[in-house]
Amino acid sequence: MKKTKFLIFCSLFSLFVSTKDYVINPGPDAYENLQEAMILMNAGDSILIKSGDYYFEDSLSLDVDNVVIRGEGLNSTILNFENQKSGAQGILVTSNKVVLKDFAVIDAKGDAIKVIGADGIAMINLRTEWTGGPKSTNGAYGLYPVESKDVYIDGCIAIGASDAGIYVGQSKNIIVKNSQAMYNVAGIEIENSYYADVFNNKAQHNTGGILVFDLPDLPQQGGHHVRVFNNEITNNDTDNFAPEGNIVGEVPRGTGIIVQANSQVEIFQNNIGENDTVNIAVVSYQLETEDKDYYPHPSKIQIHNNSFGRSGFDPDLDTGDLSKILFSLSDGDMPDIFWDGVLPLKQMIFGQPDEEKLVLKHNGDATFLSIQPIQYMLSIFDPVNRSTEEFENDPSPLREIVINRFW
Amino acid sequence: MRQLLYLILITNSLNMFGVEHYFVQQDSFAKELSRYNFFTDQQAQIPNDRVFSYSLASALFSDFTKKQRWMYVPDGYQASYRENGVYDFPDGSALIKTFYYDDDSINKKNLLETRLLIKNNGSWKAASYAWNEDQSEAYLKIAGKTIATNFIDQNGETKKVRYRVPNVNQCKECHAVNDEISPIGPKARNMNHDVYYDQVEINQIEHFINNKIFKPHAINEKLAIDWTNPSMSLDDRARSYLDINCGHCHIETGAANSTGLYLDLNEKRKNHLGIYKKPVATGRGSGGFKYSIVPGKPSESILIHRMKSLDPGIMMPESGRALADKEAIEMLEEWIINL
Repeated sequence: MKKTKFLIFCSLFSLFVSTKDYVINPGPDAYENLQEAMILMNAGDSILIKSGDYYFEDSLSLDVDNVVIRGEGLNSTILNFENQKSGAQGILVTSNKVVLKDFAVIDAKGDAIKVIGADGIAMINLRTEWTGGPKSTNGAYGLYPVESKDVYIDGCIAIGASDAGIYVGQSKNIIVKNSQAMYNVAGIEIENSYYADVFNNKAQHNTGGILVFDLPDLPQQGGHHVRVFNNEITNNDTDNFAPEGNIVGEVPRGTGIIVQANSQVEIFQNNIGENDTVNIAVVSYQLETEDKDYYPHPSKIQIHNNSFGRSGFDPDLDTGDLSKILFSLSDGDMPDIFWDGVLPLKQMIFGQPDEEKLVLKHNGDATFLSIQPIQYMLSIFDPVNRSTEEFENDPSPLREIVINRFW
Repeated sequence: MRQLLYLILITNSLNMFGVEHYFVQQDSFAKELSRYNFFTDQQAQIPNDRVFSYSLASALFSDFTKKQRWMYVPDGYQASYRENGVYDFPDGSALIKTFYYDDDSINKKNLLETRLLIKNNGSWKAASYAWNEDQSEAYLKIAGKTIATNFIDQNGETKKVRYRVPNVNQCKECHAVNDEISPIGPKARNMNHDVYYDQVEINQIEHFINNKIFKPHAINEKLAIDWTNPSMSLDDRARSYLDINCGHCHIETGAANSTGLYLDLNEKRKNHLGIYKKPVATGRGSGGFKYSIVPGKPSESILIHRMKSLDPGIMMPESGRALADKEAIEMLEEWIINL
């Protein structure tokens, strides 16, 4: 009796909240069923992709707001794209407030999961992987939200991307946490983005662990306010396998963190060590650009309370210039933290305003090296500075990033 | 009872001869193409009243398919000119495009799909209909369709193709302008050329004005040309090709704006046109090359590399082709050599 009542209640309730839950099972019609559901579903609906191996020849796409697509676990629901014939990614999302959860996308021909222009995207417990190990023929990005707002990445695993495992580009309000990035060229990359918290992640066995970059000639630039904390950024030791021409192709094997041309980056309470070349590098964008709105120098980068392990014990002198320059300037005594010292000419002569200066505090016995560019150019004085004294100011913490929960 | 009423209403509004406007005005697409009555003979593709055939100066490459285009504007209404944009069509308008291969063996067309863009309440929606085996009807394909077929190329050789009818989302990927669906072809820049109607040669836009499809207007914009015409300047040919093949996504308002590579006809900034522009999120699409376009060196230009590729992780455009546009690639190589 109770049960019937409950059922009646449920069916009445469903009259008012008539959301639909599509269920997809493995089989020859899985692709068409799934793609059709991803088109026909309405706000509030969800799709459950049952566990199993799914072999897809074409990419999937979603353009419906407020929906959930979930599997039965990142080792159980496997969307396999090794036979992909069309589409530049495994899954493309172009709508808002979408939740992707509990499945894996493997061996996509291009990017694994690309999200473009979303106002709200949550990627939870997903796995993106290229299963043949690090190869330049692997797709560029695993998790790839771009031009999006409120980006939430939690509990994901990204393996084998020939650019970045987790890449957030030209976005705002970002959380990347509890995730693992391994055997990628870049483990986690935050590029041309504003307001990001990257914490409790593991970036291991990549070429570079975590990159915070800003690049010219793009609709959104001036990347700032990025906090990188409580991460395990260790054992990054994979040879750079990015296809040439890509900016990450310049990253030397075994770089923990690189900050390039961003402002307001706070790096704290991380464990950074056993990285072949250098634990942290803070650098300017060195290539020529005609972009007049672009600021190529890092400013207000704060590095404090981190614990450092070894680095520079096996520097990669074959990739890019960073490692070579560092190796020659340090006479092989590689630092934990490197700043290239490049500033606008005016600041090089008259000094950098205090509020833009690098901050280095409570980093144990981490070693440091920066270049004094004027001396370097004149080549009469020693251009190398290894003292942190000038930079040991108290950090001014950046505020926490909050994303209103839509998932 | 109510259903019966609807039925009567529908039957009463049924116009046996003209376009079936009732279906054009619906929120969702009809299941069969024939419902719309765009053709008096659908199989032979003979258009109905107010359904006008049109052509573009240069067209998007779609695996060597031929395309026939029509526009339908409801009686009593006209589309108006928009500078550098698509004509502003009134609600209830439709753009119809059939993709086919010529099948010489049976002296007939092998119809693949017919795509519709329909405008209602100020916004466009897109869908595609795939033709059945005996070519008697085309059916709505929400999730797209793969058609394995053959065609005979210009050298008389039979080629296999895995032709892909796009799904509804893929329609949007190319047809998005500031996130709204928009047609791509019917801009004045693509339509200002002479065509034959009833064996009389006439400027196409003039013809549409005469037939009260377009409101009278002057043209105030840079024009695209036929890129296949070797007597035109190489720069105009290249820019016209890039505009219609790439410029709908690679424009500041388009789906590929995050790349900073803009290939629409009006782009003048060299770096945004790709000249010595470094790739951003290209991955292996770069093919080991440093710039989108290296003047004088097509073989080191990413743009050419991606047009040649048939690998879904590398090729451009991302969707809508499974083969390479050899002739256009040669023309663009020539253009890059001469930059």
